[in-house]
Amino acid sequence: MTPIARKRLTKAALNAAGVLVFIFAVFPVYWMVSTSFKTNDQIFTTDFIPFPTEFTLEHLDRVLSEGVAGNSIWLYMRNSAIVALGTVLIGAVFALLAATAIARFRFRGRAGFLVLLLIVQMIPAEALLIPLFLNVKRLGLYDQLLGLIVINVGLTLPFGIWMLRTFVAAVPKSLEEAAWIDGASRFTTFWKVLFPLVAPGLVATSIFSFITAWNELIFALILMSDSSGYTMPVALQFFFGQRGTDWGAIMAGSTMMTIPVVVFFLLVQRRMVTGLVSGAVKG
Amino acid sequence: MTNTSTIARGGGNPPAPGRRRHSPQRPAKASGLPPWVIPYALLVPGLMVIAGLLLYPLFQMIVISFQKVGIPQINGKKPADWVGWDNYTKVLDNEIFWSSLRNTVVFAAITVTLTLVLGTAVGALLNKLGKKMSTFVVVGIMSAWAVPPVAQGVIWRWLFDADAGMINWVLNLLPDWLSSLLFGRSDWTGEPWLNDAVTIYLVLIVCVVWASFPFIAVSVLAGLKGIPTELYEAARVDGSGPWRTFRKITLPLLKPVFSVLTILSIIWNFKVFSQLYVLMNGPTNREAFNLSMFSFAEAFRSPPKMGTGAAIAVILTLLLLVVTAVYVRQIVKTEEM
Repeated sequence: MTPIARKRLTKAALNAAGVLVFIFAVFPVYWMVSTSFKTNDQIFTTDFIPFPTEFTLEHLDRVLSEGVAGNSIWLYMRNSAIVALGTVLIGAVFALLAATAIARFRFRGRAGFLVLLLIVQMIPAEALLIPLFLNVKRLGLYDQLLGLIVINVGLTLPFGIWMLRTFVAAVPKSLEEAAWIDGASRFTTFWKVLFPLVAPGLVATSIFSFITAWNELIFALILMSDSSGYTMPVALQFFFGQRGTDWGAIMAGSTMMTIPVVVFFLLVQRRMVTGLVSGAVKG
Repeated sequence: MTNTSTIARGGGNPPAPGRRRHSPQRPAKASGLPPWVIPYALLVPGLMVIAGLLLYPLFQMIVISFQKVGIPQINGKKPADWVGWDNYTKVLDNEIFWSSLRNTVVFAAITVTLTLVLGTAVGALLNKLGKKMSTFVVVGIMSAWAVPPVAQGVIWRWLFDADAGMINWVLNLLPDWLSSLLFGRSDWTGEPWLNDAVTIYLVLIVCVVWASFPFIAVSVLAGLKGIPTELYEAARVDGSGPWRTFRKITLPLLKPVFSVLTILSIIWNFKVFSQLYVLMNGPTNREAFNLSMFSFAEAFRSPPKMGTGAAIAVILTLLLLVVTAVYVRQIVKTEEM
């Protein structure tokens, strides 16, 4: 074999492997979406039907009108959105303040705070379930979306600060110094100079918190007893009925829940990876 | 400790004596705080959240693990009784604890290994692919990573469904002799994967590996991109083969990446909850519990036994703390704090 032929062959083999990996990753997602558009005849068959030949919106229609556990799925989507957005709004402000402190000031206890951030990120949320449940009950936040928001802020903030601090650090200090020498107050400098430049990082961090809060199951499961307060992850459990599962409906519901996350995710994936592995990747 | 740029940012206040060597003198402005207070003031909200929602509950959890907390205590009708080490002895005497611990550890060991191997292989592949092809594959694997854990569980529960699942259909496609040779059977129609603890974990492993290898792959890719190409050129000039190059250059340079990835994967896989919850339809199959599911079931299934639930959570946290310590050391080593 000539070297050129060999090179081509290697390239073809690599591309084939790439396509296989792609299919392995995407097929299950595709299967979820396509099932939600199939008729029940096509769903409950022992045959393989690669794509919906009879395209139907009945499942989507059913979850929107009849819903599950007594409510339209819109209500659960709305609850999830409220919890996730609330978490983002509170979390973003707190994270920006703390990240500015870490990235812009050298102060006594700074390294200690960074180590604290790393450690608290690793506390399993499952371990805090019992005390947080009791506290939420005592504070009268049981069955309220606010209780979930507060808890999600706690769960997402440490990583939010950790991620955002690199964005703040990346803004050249000289810009702020210039504004400062021109007589701008500290607040104006922060608002007019630092904030716009950190905005992309703030968006990335917010999307991370949004996704975490959107996906959260275990706290929503124990803090919401009334079905009108269920979030999507909790509501989906109710599709698994006593007598057989309505797979068309659950696939429609899961698809609705997944789409916003996938879109957000693809927007910020690179930043999330650097955020998670941070220093290590720099080598 | 004193850093000039920080001091320059000290705001419009009269400087502390000797602290503003390099900044221009400025008149005092209305912010009213001495400069050294500012970072602490900025940290207050974050610290309050961390203290109130993470550290104090952690302390409470330890306290509860030495108490008996049932319905009267949950409702605040009665104070909790101290029971000493009772909860712990009860937990350690329970067979379910040991099977949960085994499930947790074995699942994490298998899943972390598979995820790392598959993720590294895909990361290396992405590094070799052309730009377009690589972007195409990255977008594909990212969409798998992005799927919410609950939806992951739903998807794989459906794929492994006994009657209409894809997996049984594919296994039935295998020629009978091959299927018999590999699995000792040829007919997979109606195979109920989710009835038995061992096969539940088989499905869970597939599900979690599928959802988490993309993160490893993309991180490894980022690491590989960071290695200067001159190193590889030099190795080629010296006549080093691909395997040797990998062992002598790639592996040592990626070591910090791998250690962080390994630790993160251990931490994540140790406390898998959502996917398991969906696959076994809530805390139903006690043989398939892992530690987080066991703690959850003790504390929140009636009658609620929050004390023993907390004891299990403490044990889980202690196990993870060991791993976390390694992680923190690694980050502190590689990162300039």
